[in-house]
Amino acid sequence: MAIESRREIADSGMLMDRSVAGRRGIIMPALDVEEQPLPDAELLREDLELPEVSQPEVVRYFTRLSQLNYSIDTNFYPLGSCTMKYNPKINDMVASLPGMAHLHPMNAAELSQGSLKVMYRLQHYLAEVTGMKATSLASMAGAQGELAGVLMIRAYHDSRGDDKRKLMLIPDSAHGTNPASAAMGGFEVKAIPSDDRGNMDIVALKESVGEDLAGIMLTLPSTLGLFETDILEICAAVHKAGGLVYGDGANMNAILGQTKLGDLGFDVVHINLHKTFSTPHGGGGPGAGPVSVGDKLAPFLPAPVVSREESSQCERYVLGAAPHTIGKLGAFHGNFGVLVRAYTYIRSLGADGLRQISENAVINANYLLAKLRSDYDLSYDRLCMHEVVLSASRQKKNGVRGLDIAKRLLDYGFHAPTMYFPLIVDEALMVEPTESESKETLDAFIDAMLSIAREAEEDPDLLHNAPYTTPVSRLDEARAARQPDLRWRPV
Amino acid sequence: MENASLQHPYIPNTVADRQEMLKAIGVSSVRELFEDIPEGYRQSSLNIPPALSELELGQELQALADENRHALQGPCFLGAGSYRHFIPATVQSIASRGEFLTAYTPYQPEVSQGTLRAAYEFQTMVGQLLDMDVANAGMYDGASSLAEGALMACRVKRRYKVAYLDTVSPSYIDVLRTYTSPQGVAIYPVKQNALGLEPDTACIVVQSPNFFGYIEDVEGIVKIAHDAGALAVASTDPIAAAMFKPPGSYGADIVTAEGQPLGVPISFGGPYVGLFTCRSEFVRQMPGRIVGRTVDTQGRTAYVLTLQAREQHIRRERATSNICTSTALIALMTTVYTATLGKHGLREVAGLCYHKAHYAASLIEGIQGYSLPLEGTFFQEFVVQCPIPPSEINAALWERGIIGGLDVSDQVPNGLLICVTEVNSKHEIEDLAQALSEIA
Repeated sequence: MAIESRREIADSGMLMDRSVAGRRGIIMPALDVEEQPLPDAELLREDLELPEVSQPEVVRYFTRLSQLNYSIDTNFYPLGSCTMKYNPKINDMVASLPGMAHLHPMNAAELSQGSLKVMYRLQHYLAEVTGMKATSLASMAGAQGELAGVLMIRAYHDSRGDDKRKLMLIPDSAHGTNPASAAMGGFEVKAIPSDDRGNMDIVALKESVGEDLAGIMLTLPSTLGLFETDILEICAAVHKAGGLVYGDGANMNAILGQTKLGDLGFDVVHINLHKTFSTPHGGGGPGAGPVSVGDKLAPFLPAPVVSREESSQCERYVLGAAPHTIGKLGAFHGNFGVLVRAYTYIRSLGADGLRQISENAVINANYLLAKLRSDYDLSYDRLCMHEVVLSASRQKKNGVRGLDIAKRLLDYGFHAPTMYFPLIVDEALMVEPTESESKETLDAFIDAMLSIAREAEEDPDLLHNAPYTTPVSRLDEARAARQPDLRWRPV
Repeated sequence: MENASLQHPYIPNTVADRQEMLKAIGVSSVRELFEDIPEGYRQSSLNIPPALSELELGQELQALADENRHALQGPCFLGAGSYRHFIPATVQSIASRGEFLTAYTPYQPEVSQGTLRAAYEFQTMVGQLLDMDVANAGMYDGASSLAEGALMACRVKRRYKVAYLDTVSPSYIDVLRTYTSPQGVAIYPVKQNALGLEPDTACIVVQSPNFFGYIEDVEGIVKIAHDAGALAVASTDPIAAAMFKPPGSYGADIVTAEGQPLGVPISFGGPYVGLFTCRSEFVRQMPGRIVGRTVDTQGRTAYVLTLQAREQHIRRERATSNICTSTALIALMTTVYTATLGKHGLREVAGLCYHKAHYAASLIEGIQGYSLPLEGTFFQEFVVQCPIPPSEINAALWERGIIGGLDVSDQVPNGLLICVTEVNSKHEIEDLAQALSEIA
């Protein structure tokens, strides 16, 4: 679509502006029972201002909005730490089978065996991939999985009468959700610095562990895209001090079938099904963040957990709760529609396929690293795992920021990388290609990055004002925050 | 032929591609890329069944789906927080567009105006429907939304006690407890007129329609809360809000809801979307994503994630919540639903639910041995006191192919919670009443 017409859509009226009295998008059937007495009029609502639009207008409006979006179905997302891989279509198809999509959550277990079986098997597969003993699928996003994880750590210490343990250690490279989740779990947070190879500073760690240590929250590989080479020593130091090790599974795509967090000493890990296990990101959810745990934390898993009951005649799957559960995280059983997609994905790959995922994800990232290191700086000169963190510190000398490079990439038809994260890398540009991208796509991305590096030398202003070809240009974000305009109002 | 050796369809790199790339990287084998993993911990075995082709996969999942007895196969009267309503075809059609379905969180607003503007439409419609000043872009579900609302009230009031009416959904209370207890917030139940309200309470939590389907005296609760220097935090049903004055109309400070009834399949309990609204003065204490309208460098209208200083990626452990990825796609579904139903359609749906549910209640109340023990006005759900335990009633209904209500006998003696919406035909309702009269 021509850029002019996309801009026109972007600038056109909201649904309420398009409302015309008398138009409708649907007709509901007539009442087929006798009209019943209405309650006291004081209880009833008089005005309800919602749009009146015809059905073709609804479809056209939202379809046109969709065309203003970038998506994995249309392009490559080099977004670090987000694992924007291909979302297989079969997954969506099976999630919308009537037997899956129209099953009531309070249906009797006897009438829900298919779904419970899917959940039971997925619990097992995730425990297997992470090297853990048990899994709960209840958490509805990665951040909620983190909350579940820290609450289990808290419950574990409390159950032992060990109530002094208030400290959660978190590396300075961690996602912002880690400290936020620890705070929601009632913990105090202390950051552990990284050393000059991008590993955790083990001396600083050892100085921080003591009787008040509840645990540590680690992402492996780290958000620098690096495998923590001292991981065994870190886990041992934390355990020795009586703490537990929490794994943020955001970067699981790098290690599927390569190593298991449970074997390395982790006590709990959450898995983002909308990253590693290909469920669509939906423009910001729904996701799912199941937690897998070892023996110590299994009694505290969030509710529900599916278990199997076996008798001589039959097997039966039921919803239950761990004996000392931290409780429920949502009204029902987790995001089943996401879970069934992840189940389907794992079945489509098998053990060998899962290992091929991590191998190709890591090859792709290192290929980008090898091709881009001539023109962009690296904070750590070593092989990476599934993502590479570049630095625009060289371009910054010309007055070009990471942000400018990211925005210019939009003009080349690519999404921006993750920017300014991890916080410890100057002008960070974090790129995660995933296994879904072909060498041709990576080569095109490399060409764009090299071309932008040249532009940064020759014409910095070109980058300062980018992007030029998108439906809108850079936004006045300060105004949005200073004068919040958060909904349509009548003129 | 051994299919396992074929190139996997989700992975484009061929053997030749890999060799060329490994050469460019400067390693001789892929194993070298994993050498940072400690020796003895590499190349884990995975006890996961071998891959299935897409054909086999479709068959396996269909077979699993067939083991479920879903709600389109016959009469079903379950509700209790997950409601069956008619979903116009527009909803699935729009929500399955790859441009929405497979987009990332809109951190790059220049290429995410579709998602951002849909979220602004969502915030508008949620605000209109719940009669509140501002809405965020959505929470995980109704229960976690209510829990976050109570936590927000604690932040606003700097008080650490939460009172809840004993008619709030038990599973919502479970979630409230999970969220509040680690932060040292005590929760306790109060009766209908907030009898037993303790001093220094941050908020009173009320659900209307409540767990049993009945409209609460929200006006009275709001007054009691405000008189005690506390906030009123409510949970409601968005379809009921099209017919009954919603809690916001009575001055509730924070109003949440389960958004699922607005065009989202029941899907065994999720994914749903939590609606979250508050009065303008509290907007900077809100959890979750918020989209705002602004302009671009050319002065064109544009939309962007805003008020991000509240959020975890900026404020880390001092954020209002850890929530980030939430349920944007489900929020989109509710937006398309609400746009399709529009001003009149939504009221019509609410009316159909009300009249059909009351018709069902009147039939059941007329059967010897059955009664409606709760007083007040209900919307689409009501509790029936049965002459025998509800578990036996449900079993006998199922023998007749009817999925009955929810057994709430732990709260109301022999209580069966029955939900009737526009999807239940007159025929189904009369069959239910007939069956109940035969069973006991």
